[in-house]
Amino acid sequence: MSVTGQPPTTEQTLDQLQRAAFSYFLQAVNPANGLVADTSRDNAPASIGVVGFALSAYPVAVGRGWMTRADAVERSLTTLRFFRDSDQSGSPEATGYKGFYYHFLDMQTGVRMWRSELSMIDTAMLIAGALTAASYFKAETREEIELREIVDALYRRIDWSWTLDGKATIRLGWKPECGFLNYGWDGYNEAMVLYVLALGSPTHPIAGDNFEAWTATYQWENLYGYDFLYAGPLFVHQFSHAWIDFRGIQDRFMRDKRCDYFENSRRATEVQRQYARRNPHGFAGYGESCWGVTACDGPSQQEPELADEPRRLFGYAARGVPYGPDDGTLSGWAAVASLPFAPDIVLRTASVMLDRYPENLSDQQYASSFNPTLARADRAWVSAGHFGLDQGIVLLMIENHRTQLIWQLTRNCRPIRTGLSRAGFRGGWLQRRAPNKHHANGHAQ
Amino acid sequence: MATHNNSTSTAPPDVAERERRNNVHPDGWCNPVPAARYNLVVIGAGTAGLVAAHAAAALGAKVALIERHLLGGDCLNVGCVPSKAIIRTARLYSEMRHATQYGAQIPGDLRVDFSAVMLRMRGIRARISRADSVLRLTEAGVDVFFGAACFTGPEAVTVDGTTLRFKKAMIATGSRPDTPSIPGLVEAGYLTNENVFNLTELPRRLLVIGGGPLGCELAQAFSRFGSKTIIAQSWPLFLPLEERDAAQILSDAFARDGVEVRLNTRAVSVRVQGGQKLVDLVSDDYKSTVAVDAILTGTGRVPNVEGLNLEAAGVHYDADDGICVNDFLQTSNPRIYAAGDVCLEHKFTHTADASARIVVRNALFFGRQRLSALTIPWCTYTDPEIAHVGLYVQQAHNKDISVKTFTIPMHDVDRAIADGEEAGFVKIHVKEGTDRILGATIVARHAGEMINEVTLAMVAGIGLRTLARVIHAYPTQGEAIKKAADAYNHTRLMPFAKTIFSRWLAWRR
Repeated sequence: MSVTGQPPTTEQTLDQLQRAAFSYFLQAVNPANGLVADTSRDNAPASIGVVGFALSAYPVAVGRGWMTRADAVERSLTTLRFFRDSDQSGSPEATGYKGFYYHFLDMQTGVRMWRSELSMIDTAMLIAGALTAASYFKAETREEIELREIVDALYRRIDWSWTLDGKATIRLGWKPECGFLNYGWDGYNEAMVLYVLALGSPTHPIAGDNFEAWTATYQWENLYGYDFLYAGPLFVHQFSHAWIDFRGIQDRFMRDKRCDYFENSRRATEVQRQYARRNPHGFAGYGESCWGVTACDGPSQQEPELADEPRRLFGYAARGVPYGPDDGTLSGWAAVASLPFAPDIVLRTASVMLDRYPENLSDQQYASSFNPTLARADRAWVSAGHFGLDQGIVLLMIENHRTQLIWQLTRNCRPIRTGLSRAGFRGGWLQRRAPNKHHANGHAQ
Repeated sequence: MATHNNSTSTAPPDVAERERRNNVHPDGWCNPVPAARYNLVVIGAGTAGLVAAHAAAALGAKVALIERHLLGGDCLNVGCVPSKAIIRTARLYSEMRHATQYGAQIPGDLRVDFSAVMLRMRGIRARISRADSVLRLTEAGVDVFFGAACFTGPEAVTVDGTTLRFKKAMIATGSRPDTPSIPGLVEAGYLTNENVFNLTELPRRLLVIGGGPLGCELAQAFSRFGSKTIIAQSWPLFLPLEERDAAQILSDAFARDGVEVRLNTRAVSVRVQGGQKLVDLVSDDYKSTVAVDAILTGTGRVPNVEGLNLEAAGVHYDADDGICVNDFLQTSNPRIYAAGDVCLEHKFTHTADASARIVVRNALFFGRQRLSALTIPWCTYTDPEIAHVGLYVQQAHNKDISVKTFTIPMHDVDRAIADGEEAGFVKIHVKEGTDRILGATIVARHAGEMINEVTLAMVAGIGLRTLARVIHAYPTQGEAIKKAADAYNHTRLMPFAKTIFSRWLAWRR
């Protein structure tokens, strides 16, 4: 990839990055059940959130000619049938409970791994992917009809209201050993897609008051000269946007602030740049065109060769700006995932980061993270392998930048429209009636 | 506030201790012959009691002050004063260890002399106790009675068999540490603020239960002295009432100081084995056991309402929330008021002081001053310090007030950069569309000093617009507040004003 002189990343480069990201889902899938590994590392379990990205990736691949429609439908059906038929008893070795699924599953058997939690947000990403597939595969064929019926059944059986546990806001997770996890999950975070899907449910919805209770924990801040809804890690400003087009639609909070969540994510991009320019900890590499502080893998202090590092290092952690944690670790994929919000800035940033740190890419896929401060022999520390969530967000956000395909599909998705409406969103595309026919055979330009 | 029996000092009886003792509870003290009737009887000689007694006496009232144990209460004897003294030494050790960050050399011998730390603390405590001494009280005309107070009716209280009659009374018996109900804890022995300052040896391994202000302050200090310290907190965050970002910064600071942080973790049982304390911890479905030499609890405080025979005085109270008072700090007996920890949600020395002043005016001079009118700042003296005043964002949202926060990271403040004290921020919350300050949180090395400017602005009704006109000496860390005010002005002026100014200036060229 030639980026000498750092011209903005080209359309051709984007295509390469996007296709490489998609190849992760071909490499890391178990074709027998559709489960996709959390990472490319040995013995990695499946992650249900990554499966959600896979279900969204197949329509992109069909549209771009990387996969036949029949293949995509078959892969999607295999996946959806697995979840339909999975053990929902909630036992420690089951796959799910009350329509939700454990975060990590055995790639072969699909049972719970690592004593993981029943994950509300990862289930939401899985269902968002399933709904994306159902919105794309609209043909009246036996397979596509079955696909849509399974998606509907999976969505309907989720007991979203149970996740409140009598509280005002959704709990983060649940374990059979101890019940709901006691983690605070307040403030603006990646849960928007979760709340929208929970509100849109025809069977077990949460109430608009629950959404309001969540937004009551928001912090609207003026930081580095930008007014924005604060959240430290960059992924928070991206993940729900992979599936939902927030351009021009506003809930009560955003109406009050005369902003929308899309514009907010653009400002979050600017805040990342400002932080990287200031670089308060003096880390190598940071600058206005080299940033991406987010949840990612990291050079944990546990690694023996880093034991002498004077600064505190983290493993997988939700890094954030401006208050940290920050150990000098950046994510190239996180910059790219802001492409729809600030294309000019991101294209140049991606180009600069790849030019300076080409080791950040292997097989054209972004590593989870790299740390230039911990360079050895002029090569930054780089997280081993690849992470499915990173590939998924790169794939979807490049697509949304190029064609808005995913956004077009979910605009016509009843649960998402209903959920947004119940959350108080108004204006923009929500005011326009959903068309009866969808762009099922190609890109929704 | 120090009317609790368990706070008997076992600190070394050195010169400083003898001086303090002589100031706050002299040996051989004889209670005076009581007056026929007092304008004000004050029960409890902690901060609230001392302030009220001095203030009322200065105004000509006949005042009696009853104290069960030590004048000065928790703040002087087992609270703010001793903790801040040892925190200062701990901070110095931390700076010496990180001397190279400041372009200095790490001293050759960095051995912690814990007995010297505590000796200094006792000296400081003794010196400050002079202000709270029985001598000063008697010179001010206050009748000081040592002993347990017990109401015998709505207008009388006894102490050591002597009956004091009053026109008005104020209960200021303070609070004591809450003991968590953990099986085996009492048998194993544990530290609280009431006895931790009597330590003569540094515990090699320390478990702090509770991530509130006291737990956080002392966990960091003892870790800096060299104790291998674990802090276990049942909530998923430190200081659960503070802003999440403050907790994040504190978490980083703890890690830097070597404190092992166990959030979302409960201690469920304690046992002694082989001379060490084994504590079972549970975090969701994860169970573990830690071996320590000492356990410090800081899990909240309970009001001292027992033994006062409040029923005889017709004073309503609650074992958890303390004495019930109205906004004028009056109890259910109109002659009796309360102040300080025994009746307040915010159990701080400065709140005790402010509430006592309200009581003196309301009880003696028909005042109508309200507790709810107070603007109360507070500060947790970790490093960095965490200070707050006014509303939190969520409290404002719950009142349906739209909030905008002006945030200045300390890494944007020149003096903080020069001082190597960049961790932290100033966040000032204003009502959206106005410059009216609703509240502020400051995390900074000297946040406790900085919050006072915001408190002043709030009390005086000064908004950010005016604060932006206040020249701040450069370079100071307090300039962060000016920068927040400048940020407000910037958003107010832009972009409309910029357009107008640009046109006018273009016309002037």
